[in-house]
Amino acid sequence: MTTTTAASAPETAAGKPLPRLPWNRHLLAIAVLAVLLVPLPLILPPAQASVAVRVLIFALMSIGWNMMSGFGGMFSFGHAAYFGIGAYTGAWLLVEHQVSPWIGMLAGMVIAAAFATLIGFLALRYKLRGAYFALATFAFSEMLRLWATNSDFVNRAVGYHVPLRPDTSWWWIQFEPTSPNYFWVALGLTVIALVVSVQFVRSRAGQFAKAARDDEDAAAAIGIPVMRYKLLAMALSAAITAVAGAFYVQYFLFIDPDLAFGSSVSIQAILPAVIGGVATIWGPVIGSVVMGPLNDVTATLLRNPPPALEFLQGRSGLDVIVYGALLIVIVLLLPKGIYGTIRQRWSRR
Amino acid sequence: MTLLRVDGISKSFKGLRAVDDVSFEVTEGSILGVIGPNGAGKTTMFNLIAGALRPDSGQVHLNGKEITGHAPHKVTAAGMTRTFQLMRPFYSMTVLENVTVAVLAGGAAKRTARTTAAELIERVGLGRWRDALTEGLPTAALKRLELARALASKPQVLLLDEVLAGLVPAERAPVMELLERLRTEDGVTLVFVEHIMAAVMRLSDSVLVLDLGRVLTSGAPEEVTRDPRVIEAYLGEDPHAQA
Amino acid sequence: MTSSPDQGHVAAGTGGVATLDPDEVRAPTARAVPWLRIAVIAALIVLAVVLAYVRSGSGVVVVQAVATGILIGGVYGLIAMGLTLIFGVLDIVNFAHGSFLALALFLTFGLTQAGLHPYLALAVSVPAMFLLGVLVQRGILAGAMGKPLENQLLITLGISLIIENALLLFFGANPRSVALPGDRGVPIFDAVANLSRILAFVGALILAGLLYLLLQRTRLGTAIRAVAANDTGAQLVGIDTRVIYAVTFALGTACAGAAGTLVAPLVTIEPTTGSLFNIVAFVVVVLGGMGNVVGALAGGLIIGLAEQLGGIYLPGQSPLLSVFIVFVLVLFLRPQGLFRRSA
Repeated sequence: MTTTTAASAPETAAGKPLPRLPWNRHLLAIAVLAVLLVPLPLILPPAQASVAVRVLIFALMSIGWNMMSGFGGMFSFGHAAYFGIGAYTGAWLLVEHQVSPWIGMLAGMVIAAAFATLIGFLALRYKLRGAYFALATFAFSEMLRLWATNSDFVNRAVGYHVPLRPDTSWWWIQFEPTSPNYFWVALGLTVIALVVSVQFVRSRAGQFAKAARDDEDAAAAIGIPVMRYKLLAMALSAAITAVAGAFYVQYFLFIDPDLAFGSSVSIQAILPAVIGGVATIWGPVIGSVVMGPLNDVTATLLRNPPPALEFLQGRSGLDVIVYGALLIVIVLLLPKGIYGTIRQRWSRR
Repeated sequence: MTLLRVDGISKSFKGLRAVDDVSFEVTEGSILGVIGPNGAGKTTMFNLIAGALRPDSGQVHLNGKEITGHAPHKVTAAGMTRTFQLMRPFYSMTVLENVTVAVLAGGAAKRTARTTAAELIERVGLGRWRDALTEGLPTAALKRLELARALASKPQVLLLDEVLAGLVPAERAPVMELLERLRTEDGVTLVFVEHIMAAVMRLSDSVLVLDLGRVLTSGAPEEVTRDPRVIEAYLGEDPHAQA
Repeated sequence: MTSSPDQGHVAAGTGGVATLDPDEVRAPTARAVPWLRIAVIAALIVLAVVLAYVRSGSGVVVVQAVATGILIGGVYGLIAMGLTLIFGVLDIVNFAHGSFLALALFLTFGLTQAGLHPYLALAVSVPAMFLLGVLVQRGILAGAMGKPLENQLLITLGISLIIENALLLFFGANPRSVALPGDRGVPIFDAVANLSRILAFVGALILAGLLYLLLQRTRLGTAIRAVAANDTGAQLVGIDTRVIYAVTFALGTACAGAAGTLVAPLVTIEPTTGSLFNIVAFVVVVLGGMGNVVGALAGGLIIGLAEQLGGIYLPGQSPLLSVFIVFVLVLFLRPQGLFRRSA
């Protein structure tokens, strides 16, 4: 077939070997990283270990966000909805029905995915794009927050406290507060999420979702049922972010409507991906590593401020100011994010 | 045998009839050229047939099955694929990835998809651009990419919206040869909208002339281009002069 | 899709609204006042009021809700006018709008603490917010003009995070309030409204009117509308679009600043107060049609009503919930806004 064309360009490159795909290298990198990180909580002092857990929670949320908004191209400003659904489903099942948080996590994933599919269907059905899409996702997460705040069904504004158990237990995800097990659970979940995102992007479905992101009409014209694959990306994305929510409750032992559905949660899902690199496998992870410790650094600074800033002692807000500044700087100077920029420089591809 | 049959399709926008009661048939293995002045409704007609727009009335049959108003991806699955007048590559992908995804959409196994795509890319003469990102590719290459991507779905009918527009004359000839080969070697049926008369005259078995959304006339290329109404529709710009 | 610069439309971008076939021949769009649509909306509002009466069974409650809704709605309208102006001209979904309002709230609080009459604070807050608007647009946003929508959204988000948390850092989370000297309840039919609320409404309407006149009757306004309609074209006729972008953004933030001072006596002043207004303003902007300044004012009144009547329909739920329900319905059913013809 290759020899018959008369429409050959000046230099045909027949038989040129196909470029290698990066997916197996990504998987290998994930495996190596996971193994290297396992001893981390044994080395770090407890305060730093909890920062590491927070980094992983950020990463999980953002890996989820990245799947829908990065690879899927549908900018969500309402991932708090899925984080919150994960958190509340787990907490509700645990507190009201004594169901293991692992099962609660699965249930939260399913409900979050269903909710995302519903929102997605409506938003795509009515062809919301850009700002309108973002605002719609925001509206839905806010509606959940308002509903949770005023509904006896989920304890109104009070939220849920996870009852402490007398013993430690893997089944109930409860350990000593400084136990490395929390880190290992979070690490395991993050590794799974990363592997899922690699496998998704390399899969038929992931390729179709990317094509639909790049050009919806052209994707439909080559036979891709655009709606189906966009919804799939959204559902997966929601499920991953829900895992973050469910784990959050087990780690901090507490959830309320603002912590679960507040707009700052949506922002926390967006920031790591944007800082690290949207629509890249590693962007959310790198962004989380940058963002996670900031909170701790600023808190320490405010606890013992330098003399010139004495009046700020005990105040809060500095961490978010730094996030905001970082966000602006990244978007203006490195719109592809840290990892995205490095990758581009590296391989000129 | 009639492969594509269009019966009286119409579409109005805000009371303006963009396509008005257009009917035609395309026999298997033939090439139909669609011409008409700007705003004649050619692209709208394509959009109606390919499912991007739903006609207000009329039917489209492909292979005897009705596909009127089916979603674009279903029309493609049924065997008819369209290209876009303005090239619309998947911008985040290389040429190879663009075509691979189209091969996958056509139902091929993942293992063989990339090889098939690479072959298609050679076939349309895009070999030297294979691993390049689509950003910054010259128009001629993007037009070929549109073709390769459309071919990846193994269409029975290919709807081509101005594949030659924007190409310099030297670039046109190989594309025209390729189109002829598609018919003779692969048995693909072609419907193409084109402004470049020389191409219409050379490729078409028959020509459909649209004006103000209606079929002005149709028939063999020589007859049609001699028709005074056609010449008038082009407002004095003698259709032959464009070639 | 680009409207001619008349009728108070500064709409530019096609936004997220799906457009039809690109080679479609467009019918000439009449830009007359859509009386029929206004009549339908008015009828729906009357219906909503009647239903609220049926639901609550109390005339006083409904009159109170309508009065409160309209009064706060005027302020929403003013805030949203600024937001929609920015969207129409700069194509930016400004998430920082509410934080400018919060800044003005704290500024007003500070000035009244220093002994100034709250409304005299307008003379400071409006120019201050205008100036800040210029600085932010020139200093930060100008670098991202023409970039994808997400970039602008993220930048304004960053600005709002900074402003809101700077307020938190310096003033703490304690709620504060501003008292209007001589504030009292004023009877309106069976209902009562605070004088401060009425004055905020009147002030918002006056400022909205001034903004409308500025856009319609001055050279600057003509230039702004020209840039909204077609920025390259405007550039060709010698308009410095960079100046217009900066001025427009500043006018928008000045609206937020004015609104901040006007509502200072009505609300508890916290760093997060602004974000509540921001949410409502987005709803109003979409309702009025993104870029439609007059629509924003009308949308403000409608949302003010929806919020209050929603409290009657859904007792026990936050009034914001009904605002969001209206929002989502409008997004899905009329994303181009209530007052624009469908695409």
